[in-house]
Amino acid sequence: MISENSILRFARGTRLQHDRVRDVWFIQAPERAFHADPIAVEVLQLIDGTRNVGGILDLLCQKFAAPRDIIAQDVLTLLRDLATKQVLQAI
Amino acid sequence: MSAPPPPMSLLAELTHRCPLQCPYCSNPLQLEPRPQELDTEDWKRVLSEAAEMGVLQVHFSGGEPMARPDLPELVAHAAKAGLYSNLITSGMLLNAKNLQELADAGLDHIQLSFQDAEAESADHIAHMTGAHAKKLEAAQLIKTEGLPLTLNFVIHRQNCERVPAMLALAEQLGARRVEIAHTQYYGWGLLNRNALLPSRAQVEETEKVVAEARVRLSGRMSIDFVTPDYYADRPKPCMGGWGQRFLNVSPAGKVLPCHAAESIPGVQMPSVAEESLANIWENAPLFRLFRGTDWMPEPCQSCAFKEDDWGGCRCQALALAGDATATDPVCHRAPGHDLITQAITERPETPPPFHYRRYGNAKV
Ligand code: SF4
Ligand code: SF4
Repeated sequence: MISENSILRFARGTRLQHDRVRDVWFIQAPERAFHADPIAVEVLQLIDGTRNVGGILDLLCQKFAAPRDIIAQDVLTLLRDLATKQVLQAI
Repeated sequence: MSAPPPPMSLLAELTHRCPLQCPYCSNPLQLEPRPQELDTEDWKRVLSEAAEMGVLQVHFSGGEPMARPDLPELVAHAAKAGLYSNLITSGMLLNAKNLQELADAGLDHIQLSFQDAEAESADHIAHMTGAHAKKLEAAQLIKTEGLPLTLNFVIHRQNCERVPAMLALAEQLGARRVEIAHTQYYGWGLLNRNALLPSRAQVEETEKVVAEARVRLSGRMSIDFVTPDYYADRPKPCMGGWGQRFLNVSPAGKVLPCHAAESIPGVQMPSVAEESLANIWENAPLFRLFRGTDWMPEPCQSCAFKEDDWGGCRCQALALAGDATATDPVCHRAPGHDLITQAITERPETPPPFHYRRYGNAKV
């Protein structure tokens, strides 16, 4: 289960990609492309295979001046969902 | 009609040549011969144009796309254009060296097809001794290299009891995804329908097995299940709507809204040799023919589901009812639905021999 201590990376064969034509972001994955909403994009851009989830939350709190516990819940739900979809993996 | 949305994916059928002869192959009955194939520069232009139009993923397919020596070059070109690249292969021509070339070129994913979970039956279906063993080797190489792998199984009356074994094989080979796809009855599949069409009981069993496995394998391996529309109440939303999401380019450069669209009579097949991909997508009569809902006859025109399933598959309507503008006979409300009921009742107890897919073998 992904927690604040987890360090995540994109699984091989998945990536976040900006679509110039539609001006939206997609998560490219084997044989499908998921639309990524603006919040997911903010989170996913911080995934670099070295920073842990807690570190990502700190950065998001600063950037959006929002209470940490509220952000934490949403972000963990998002990350767990993407791990189930095999887009992200814990290192 | 307003401009269509940009296409999401491109099926690049690089060649119809293939070492195997699967009786359900989705290629047309009239296979395009090697001299008609587009050359490397043509394909590069197609890939660049596709990326500019907004295509996100390219599926290199065939026939056997690895029969084209320029495949790594095309993969590299796709990667440079920002396209996600998928290789759909039988694995028959795969070795450690060409796999490495493809990985270095930036290939994102491989879909490897199997004909069964067990060698004897698999080789019979593919019509080649040793094919299954070769595929197992290919899967090992891919696993060792680390590229994400999907295993594809086309299922039918002669192998569907082994779906549990297929899922176990996919797990054992370390696949990230597995496709369990009931045969679609166009072209070669239609020619072999009596040898392939499962019974309702067989279909229900596959559904049950897949549903259970999805729960068990959640988060480890995802299962894509393609249902056989002959036993459904409503047709499938073919290609997510005609000319809405999907482009197919044939080995000779014909541009089609789906891989069976070449069978549609009385309309010119647009070609990348003559026009740009974007112009074809927006304006070619073939693409405009069944786009949206204006073309629909009754009962579709006044049906609440018309934007869910788009009246079903045009090629199936043509192949079965003899009219591409008819409601897909699979639909319970279609005037031609008897054709489906009849195919099911007339299904012989013992499957007839396969009519194998190969050049010049289309005549019945
Ligand atoms: S379905 Fe079989 S015969 Fe057709 S291209 Fe694939 S491997 Fe070859
Ligand atoms: S009548 Fe037409 S639109 Fe309605 S469910 Fe049947 S095929 Fe779909």
